[in-house]
Amino acid sequence: MTLIINGETAEVDPVSTVAELLDYFRVSHQAVAVMANGEIVGRDQFKAFAVKDGDAIEIIRFVGGG
Amino acid sequence: MGADTAYAEMPQLKIGSYSFSSRLFVGTGKYANLEVMREALEASGTELVTVALRRVNLKNPGEPTILDAIPPGCTVLPNTAGCYTAEEAMQVAHLARAANIGTLIKLEVIGDQSLLWPDPVGTLKATEQLAREGFTVMVYTTPDPVLAKHLEEAGAQAIMPLGSPIGSGQGVLDVRQIERIRARVRVPVVVDAGLGSPADAAMAMEAGADAVLVNTAIAQAKNPVLMARAMREAVIAGYWGREAGRIPRRDDAQPSSPVEGMPHVRA
Repeated sequence: MTLIINGETAEVDPVSTVAELLDYFRVSHQAVAVMANGEIVGRDQFKAFAVKDGDAIEIIRFVGGG
Repeated sequence: MGADTAYAEMPQLKIGSYSFSSRLFVGTGKYANLEVMREALEASGTELVTVALRRVNLKNPGEPTILDAIPPGCTVLPNTAGCYTAEEAMQVAHLARAANIGTLIKLEVIGDQSLLWPDPVGTLKATEQLAREGFTVMVYTTPDPVLAKHLEEAGAQAIMPLGSPIGSGQGVLDVRQIERIRARVRVPVVVDAGLGSPADAAMAMEAGADAVLVNTAIAQAKNPVLMARAMREAVIAGYWGREAGRIPRRDDAQPSSPVEGMPHVRA
């Protein structure tokens, strides 16, 4: 399926939920935030929130900053 | 250790429902590596550290995360660095909350890219909205006594005036503005940005800051761990210096030794 992930078009194996997408990229579910098409996906929705072809997904984490 | 005794005697600093023994807040950007950062944070004695939110690097998703290198016992303060509108900053604040990090947010709405100068209009707007949503807003602002009052009225839990442009190391360019802000708001005042040396941190505390936030001055020092320790002691010195009450400045000298009873030593 084709997704726009962090602003870049990406071909990924089909996934059905945000949780599966994080697993596909081997991103820890701890301390990440996810937006799907501009909407924030709550942590308790990762396993339920459906990912569809063409969705724009942002996967955000904490980095060093002042 | 003497410094630890002094910390024990300083009253806790309360920001919203949070409470801190250390009055040195530290940023986590620009360290050579995470190990140096961890050591510096420990040496600083800080209990509040800032972080930023950015996209995960999907080419290296397993790289060590900043949170793993922050000493236990530190509260994490996410910032909205890089935001140029109230709307962007609010969205980043919502993302931080979604990442389950608590209600603290260091609000930055920037209006000038080369100065990283806060945009007062967007800053006030975002403060009002985020405070209404239940965030504990620590707001980065210009050193403006009138704006500070507006931000407090809008619900900010800490006012964070800049000393000089972020990362510039110019220190507190107009220390009177810190005194004026301190005299006009009830919430804690945290001097944020531009501090270059322990002297700058002490000066900010003497001017009435309740705490200071330091990043570049520690992270980019030749010896960040030693600088972290020096900043810690400077903040304590500045705090007690203010409490002790300094002497007024005079134009002319006032002799420290008695004028009377001078022996006849003239030739």
